[in-house]
Amino acid sequence: MSQIAIDVQNLTKHFGKFKAVDNINFTVEKGEIFGFLGANGAGKSTTIRMLCGILEPTEGTAKVGGYDINTQTELVKLNIGYMSQKFSLYEDLTVEENISFFGGVYGLSADRIRDRAKWVMEMAGLKGREKSLTKTLAGGWKQRLALGCAILHEPKIVFLDEPTSGVDPISRRVFWELINQLSEQGVTILVTTHYLDEAEYCNDIILINAGKIIANGSPKILKSRQITYPILEVEASDVVAAMELLRNKPWVVEVSLFGTYIHAGVRKEEEGKIEIQKLFSDSGIKLKRIERIVPSLEDVFLHLLEEDSKRTK
Amino acid sequence: MKTIIHIIKKEFLQIRRDKRMLALSILAPVIQLVLLGYAATTDIRDIPMLLVNQDRSSVSREFVNQFVNSGYFVIKETVDSPNQVDEFIDNGHVWLALIIPPDFSKNIESGKVATVQLIADGSDANSANISIGYASQIIGRYSQAIILNSSVRAQMQTKPGKVVPEVRVWFNPELKSRNFMVPGVLAMVLMIITMTLTSLAIVKERENGTFEQLIVTPIKPYQLILGKLLPFVIIGAIDVALVLVVARFWFVVPFRGSVLLIFGLSGLFVLTTLGLGLFVSTISKTQQQAMMTAQFFFFMPFIFFSGFTFPIENMPQIIQYLTYIIPLRYYIVIVRGIFLKGVGVAELWTQALALLIFGVAILTLSVMRFRKRLG
Repeated sequence: MSQIAIDVQNLTKHFGKFKAVDNINFTVEKGEIFGFLGANGAGKSTTIRMLCGILEPTEGTAKVGGYDINTQTELVKLNIGYMSQKFSLYEDLTVEENISFFGGVYGLSADRIRDRAKWVMEMAGLKGREKSLTKTLAGGWKQRLALGCAILHEPKIVFLDEPTSGVDPISRRVFWELINQLSEQGVTILVTTHYLDEAEYCNDIILINAGKIIANGSPKILKSRQITYPILEVEASDVVAAMELLRNKPWVVEVSLFGTYIHAGVRKEEEGKIEIQKLFSDSGIKLKRIERIVPSLEDVFLHLLEEDSKRTK
Repeated sequence: MKTIIHIIKKEFLQIRRDKRMLALSILAPVIQLVLLGYAATTDIRDIPMLLVNQDRSSVSREFVNQFVNSGYFVIKETVDSPNQVDEFIDNGHVWLALIIPPDFSKNIESGKVATVQLIADGSDANSANISIGYASQIIGRYSQAIILNSSVRAQMQTKPGKVVPEVRVWFNPELKSRNFMVPGVLAMVLMIITMTLTSLAIVKERENGTFEQLIVTPIKPYQLILGKLLPFVIIGAIDVALVLVVARFWFVVPFRGSVLLIFGLSGLFVLTTLGLGLFVSTISKTQQQAMMTAQFFFFMPFIFFSGFTFPIENMPQIIQYLTYIIPLRYYIVIVRGIFLKGVGVAELWTQALALLIFGVAILTLSVMRFRKRLG
């Protein structure tokens, strides 16, 4: 019995001349939470939709739960759960009606639907709202109900396409707890997101840009391996002017803005601190704070994206 | 089969929730029928008429009475000079002016030919034709009576021979245009309801993103299509029943044929409308687009070229050929035939065959296109 849940080989999708997904390869192990990261339009959703059998690949193939997405689409569909970017339950049906409809089309028996409905209501915290119209639910509940409906048939592999977009932070946290629980039960989860803090919850991630994979590995490995230079977090009176100053200095490798802070990758920590102090006092910018930080995934990805765009130029 | 039932059940739940859709599918046909039943009638009565009586004798008054008593004409105004006719016709107050010259009674009494003048407003050619028709009939009858009278008075031995046609109209003896229009409304309602609702129901799912969710379920394309189409077949059948009842018992339109046959052949027609609905859904991204496409590309040409409003026989030859590709044309013939003539399969089989061919072809092509869109 192989431990591979999803095996993607040379998967490619063209829309006319546009290469949405360009020859990507990766494997997902059973029971892991696999993060799929990238900007909007990078090709995340297109990949997921091919893996779910919604889109036909232009080239390449993938095995999902051991079934070929090109030739065994129906079997793939029976064994996966999919939750799309857009909330996609029937808003004009009640919570209960949505559950029994999706249970029904997955071929569950009436008894089984009743059991699973109970489970979903508990999981989503919707008890007592069985008869509410779905459109009256708040974002977090809707999203958990959508997850519940997507996994009524207890699939072993679940695809979540930006499940937390447009949901408040607390609901996001709760949702990730649910994903963790599923993973503990041995369910494989492939999730796309552009919240980089969420990527930290994943066992493994790949970063995709312009249809190509530009990095993969666990968050820990990515952070330690990709950035070899120290990163300084700088707080200054005029961030925009400070950014401009730091750009193109020979001792600065990279500089980017994080909220009201600047993250500057420098060749050497001490040299960088001294140079920045000097530079700012010369230009009349007040330096409030400067310290070395452990790079976050966001630092890593911005670095990788920059590298990638340099390469393609 | 179970899957299909789940989809149908869901579809009905949604229709029930959407009060406007429900009203649209059940109430609208009846309202449309009542409106068209009363309004879409080409019978003309109480034609507003202007009288210019320059004769002012008992003879001319009697002549005018013929018009008034017929029920077809109402004298709106009486003026003295023909010069005033323009004014009344121009502002549309009257459709027809009857001008009786000063020598009218003198001519009649002396056995000469008396002339009267009719001036009709030709801007509505149809109404003008009909009013002139009625007026000519009245005048004809009047002159016949004069001839008869004078021959009696002159005690002539030989009566002039004449031909009096005895007209009998079959199937719609009172020539009520309502009897002709109401069955047509049945056809139109069935077409609009089944085509619009089908395309809307599918496009709505695509708009809301639920369509994608359906595609990842193990639902097979044919189950999805049947589950989406059957509810509207049922609604279509309810509408046909409703319209039949209203037509028969409210408008008292004669229904001479078989109820079973009308349902059966309506089933054939619905193949076409569901197919077109499905087709519209594959080329529309939003519900508005679907509505507009259905209206401009299907409803309007169907209604104009099917013989529902304008008789096909009056169209230019080339347009008449064009009407053969309008499926509604065949269905209208069927509905009117069953209603008014009580005809059966023996007379209607060519129409039925045409509907079957159109239906199967359109539905097959649409299903193929729809399946391709599913990916």
